[in-house]
Amino acid sequence: MQPEVTQADVVIPEPKKASHKISQTFKKLLKYKLAVVGLIIIGIQIVMALGANWLTSYDPLTQNLSLVNAPPGSAGHWLGTDNYGRDMWSRLLYGARISLIVGFISVVVGTFFGVLLGLLAGYYKFLDGLIMRLSDLMFAFPGILLALLIVAVLGSSLTNVVIAISIWSIPSCARIVRGSVLSVKKQEYITAMRSLGSSDRRILFKHILPNCTAPIIVFATMHMATAILSTSSLSFLGLGAEPATPEWGAMIAAGQQFMWQAPHMVIIPGIAIMLVVFAFNVVGDALRDLLDPNMKKQG
Amino acid sequence: MPTTLFQVKNVKKHYPIKGGILRRTKSEVKAVNGVSLEITKGETLGVVGESGCGKSTLGRAILGLEPLTEGQLIFADQDITQLSRRQLKPFKREMQMIFQDPYASLNPRQRIGAAIEEAIKIHNPMNAKQRREKVLSLLEEVGLKREHYGRFPHEFSGGQRQRIGIARALALQPSFIVCDEAVSALDVSVQAQVLNLLKKLQSKYELTYLFISHDLGVVRYISDRVLVMYLGNMVELAPSEALYENPVHPYTQALLSAIPRTVPNKERERIKLMGEIPSPTDPPKGCAFHTRCPIATELCSQSKPEWRAVGEGHYAACHYVGEELNA
Repeated sequence: MQPEVTQADVVIPEPKKASHKISQTFKKLLKYKLAVVGLIIIGIQIVMALGANWLTSYDPLTQNLSLVNAPPGSAGHWLGTDNYGRDMWSRLLYGARISLIVGFISVVVGTFFGVLLGLLAGYYKFLDGLIMRLSDLMFAFPGILLALLIVAVLGSSLTNVVIAISIWSIPSCARIVRGSVLSVKKQEYITAMRSLGSSDRRILFKHILPNCTAPIIVFATMHMATAILSTSSLSFLGLGAEPATPEWGAMIAAGQQFMWQAPHMVIIPGIAIMLVVFAFNVVGDALRDLLDPNMKKQG
Repeated sequence: MPTTLFQVKNVKKHYPIKGGILRRTKSEVKAVNGVSLEITKGETLGVVGESGCGKSTLGRAILGLEPLTEGQLIFADQDITQLSRRQLKPFKREMQMIFQDPYASLNPRQRIGAAIEEAIKIHNPMNAKQRREKVLSLLEEVGLKREHYGRFPHEFSGGQRQRIGIARALALQPSFIVCDEAVSALDVSVQAQVLNLLKKLQSKYELTYLFISHDLGVVRYISDRVLVMYLGNMVELAPSEALYENPVHPYTQALLSAIPRTVPNKERERIKLMGEIPSPTDPPKGCAFHTRCPIATELCSQSKPEWRAVGEGHYAACHYVGEELNA
């Protein structure tokens, strides 16, 4: 039964890296056609955001009052200009950067606190009631209203939009994490760790959290879409970005007066928002199917 | 003179059932209802009983994984019942558990080397290299290979996983191990291997086992003494040989008569118990077994039988022990 092995003749293979699993998941993701479309759109947005400086020669804020409301296809401005003669293409590029950054930061911050609270609520029964009732309280507000409220209190700026969306993401994330913690906590390997005398902190972060990653990743991806949409909505309502900022929602708001003379001012940023939200949603959907087979049916 | 390692005094574990708006305790599941034991150093004490008789709860309660409702635990002459989690930590080193389901008892996201190392990390100030060496030698000790160090649990078979569980339990060099249905999930040939491994490790490290199982054959093979439980109560406790050859309690007799024999056609009397096992929420008054006992009388339904000595180290809880039964 026991093989004769001496220390010298066996080289312990280096453990496979965790990145192996990520690349495997990515490969499987490519089998979902819609997800591939989503990934391409997200890729384009990332390229636009990173390469904004090189992809256009116009400053998104420089006005050119001699050439206002130029339609797409005009010489030098292939997407046209807005009511102040600013190049739409540059504005679109810098808008991609803003929505990506705002979405990313608010999702990261919201998920961080959501995961923390979810872990605590799921693991400690005495905190569960408190945390979950607080999150119910926040759920009672329609999402955008809550964000409005926060921005109204803090004042309107993009930073405050990030704060508002982060706060608003916390309860839904906490709820998702709590659910997974509740099921993972009952697993025998957690009891095994307790019987070894492991501390709660070690159990929570080394054993429970790694087994809850799938729903967290799915949540973060899907929430990216919500965050981008909310940023634009708030800016559209005049509660986010300053009017001149090339933020997509703000661009639509600025363009709505000129809907009939220069419809491209509304349509271009509108399509951009739609595509990006669509992209994050379909990628999130595919990830959910992939990582969390149990959630598939409830879709 | 054998020394007592672990003393369990009148341990009770009741789970409250809450209901109503105020979540008041409506009733209780009496999972373990008064168990007293003395576990001798170096022995294997088997615990048998049907599902739901409280044997697993007993094991978990002994290890402090479940707070006791009542009772006292004395480990190596120290009362550990009231200790806080921090104070209990040095004792956790001495007491380990091997779990029933080798698939559920290992973290699927953790490499097995890291899983075993973690046990050492929690208690021992060894450096990384020493830890790794220790884990590698443990892996060999339980019949696995050094190459297995960096693999994930899903790459192993059930028997191998159980060996990993054993290695993890051994990592802290405990003196007492609770094996909770440790081989029940394995197929028979692998069961034998794992049982032999447990025996080998016991003699090498002077381990004491509390071996919980519903499999009477397995318990007979590994145990020095056997405790039979029914509905959270102790029914009979005897040295292995005495219990299997000469069971005195009617429940033990019925249980043993249900073991399939290797000689077919051999005449034997099977004692068939009628009815279902009563609910532990509302156990029968008097002797817990009287509702199904073939020899129960009025007395049994009224008073709970005392724990009586029937032979050397042989005890049973029955009013009629030593009378009609032993005739």
